[in-house]
Amino acid sequence: MPSANRSDLEIRSLTKRFADFVAVDDVSFTVPDGSFFSILGPSGCGKTTLMRMIAGFLREDSGDIFVAGRSIAGLAPNHRPVSMIFQHLALFPMMSVGENIAYGLKRRRVAKAEIAARVTTMLDRVGLPGAADKRIDQLSGGQKQRVAIARSLVLEPDLLLLDEPLGALDLKLREHMKVELKELQAEIGTTFVYITHDQSEALVMSDKVAVMNAGRFEQIGTPRELYYEPATAFVAGFVGNSNGWSGTVETIADGTARIVTDTGLGLAATAMGPLAAGAAVRVFVRPEAIHLALDEDEVAGLDNRFTGRVERVLFDGANSSVLVANPGWAEPVTVLLPQTSRFRGLDAGTQVRLGWDAGQAKCFGARS
Amino acid sequence: MRSEGRLALWLLLSPALLWLTLLIVLPHVDMVILALSERVRPRVYEFGFGNFAEFFKEPLYWHTFGRTVAFSLLATLATFLVAFPTAYYIAKLMRGRAKSLAFIACLLPFWVSELVRTLGWIILLRETGVVSTLLLDLGITGGRVEFLYNDAAILVGLVYSSLLFMVVPLVTSLDTLDDSMIEAGYDLGGNGFDVLREIVVPHAVPGILSGSIVVFMLTLGNYVTPTLLGGKNSLWFTEQIYNQFITRFNWQLGSAFGILLLVASSGIVWAGLKLSRQSLGTVIGR
Repeated sequence: MPSANRSDLEIRSLTKRFADFVAVDDVSFTVPDGSFFSILGPSGCGKTTLMRMIAGFLREDSGDIFVAGRSIAGLAPNHRPVSMIFQHLALFPMMSVGENIAYGLKRRRVAKAEIAARVTTMLDRVGLPGAADKRIDQLSGGQKQRVAIARSLVLEPDLLLLDEPLGALDLKLREHMKVELKELQAEIGTTFVYITHDQSEALVMSDKVAVMNAGRFEQIGTPRELYYEPATAFVAGFVGNSNGWSGTVETIADGTARIVTDTGLGLAATAMGPLAAGAAVRVFVRPEAIHLALDEDEVAGLDNRFTGRVERVLFDGANSSVLVANPGWAEPVTVLLPQTSRFRGLDAGTQVRLGWDAGQAKCFGARS
Repeated sequence: MRSEGRLALWLLLSPALLWLTLLIVLPHVDMVILALSERVRPRVYEFGFGNFAEFFKEPLYWHTFGRTVAFSLLATLATFLVAFPTAYYIAKLMRGRAKSLAFIACLLPFWVSELVRTLGWIILLRETGVVSTLLLDLGITGGRVEFLYNDAAILVGLVYSSLLFMVVPLVTSLDTLDDSMIEAGYDLGGNGFDVLREIVVPHAVPGILSGSIVVFMLTLGNYVTPTLLGGKNSLWFTEQIYNQFITRFNWQLGSAFGILLLVASSGIVWAGLKLSRQSLGTVIGR
């Protein structure tokens, strides 16, 4: 039985350099048994390098990798209790669906009858009963996805690595597969480590998400923590949509900073971490935290109040937003369009009021 | 408009049609006619299968024929065994500039005529040649050794002269194999041999076949290499054809031999495609 502190994946100060470039820089984390863990970061942040080291396709320069309490550093990929779902799935086109799933079992010299039984069970489990004799090119995108997962899971790995496998799917199917993957993971209980640059995939599916940037983890937390309590400026800007300004702290009192932006705008925001007067900061406000109003008195009680002109309405159903421009701002501010009849006729050119509390705006010390 | 288009089509097709008719169809028709002409008296010929009967009556002919076919198959296999690791290395392990250079290095010997390349082998392998001298100077052999004029010398020469025709289609087909496919093969517990047998080779089948077909046909119809490296013992069937046409001036028998060679090569290629369940279109048309 797993002990209390057992985790399926533990990474200890893993580092990988390519010539002068540090792709993964002293990264440490643990993934609890049976959880869905995502590594979220922009392309080039080192997440693929990290995953390839866990899978065994790249050798780490230093650090160690433990799976189920055992170090796997130095093992060849075919001897690791880890399986990987590739970005383009890498199903073997010269084999049928059943042969694809049976491939790993054959390598383990499992008896023929048992292979057949396990392939059938696995296909039922991923919702493709009777597909064993189909060719790979007869499958739809979503079906291929399931075959790839079945091919890995039939080996009962301690850990399943997924390298942006939803990237190639169209939007509708991707939304569907997100839910399906999450359900599948909850059902079978295998630890999933999912890497993606798509924040929505990470937020929807994961128990915990690590935000990676320039070879380091910026923050590890639940999707809610990352969204509502970002620890760094990068996380605040990368996870979810945000309006951002660069500026300097003028005064600071009770955790609320008065900031003057580079364009000369005065803002009140909550200081995240210790900040002193004169410090360079980044300020972030979520589009849904901004109160959009037509009259001045509607926003009267709020700490930050501005007047602007609607530049463009970006209609997207419930996710519709408005770009509001002000001569004092470098870029227009994105505000979520309230779903009320008052704003239904909102058009470009309309004068509007914007307001938000200092508690809704977060400022972070800018990295020099 | 319509007739103009048709005229243009015929004009565009005409070089290909002329080439096909004059250089392929007509000579073959003539060869069939010649092969089926039996000599009854000097300068008098009648229709008959006598020339083919002659082939089967004389053991030297069909021995040479069988030996040439078998030897060509062996040479094709040997070429594949040498070319595959080379092609795999070029296609999968090399990148960018080094890859193009390696490819050019394979091509380079073919800028020199086959005759010159074969003479190169003679310089290396003859009794007073480079290899023999080296072995003698190193004290490995007591006297000079003749490496030429045996089957091994023919095989070396044939493999060498066919290598490029195997390497190119193999590199082309291995290039299209996604690296992640190989990684997935390892990731799911396969070792190097499993990945090679289950993934790399099945993927490369069209390339292997198209290379094999070309190499087999070139080897079967090769004249220079077996004659120069094998000498009088080469017993290559093209030599028999040459003898009939040039030495004996028996064009009828020579034509019969030519047709037999054509039938044999077509039959073996067809059987190879059947066995590997590939079609000529997918193998050559890639």
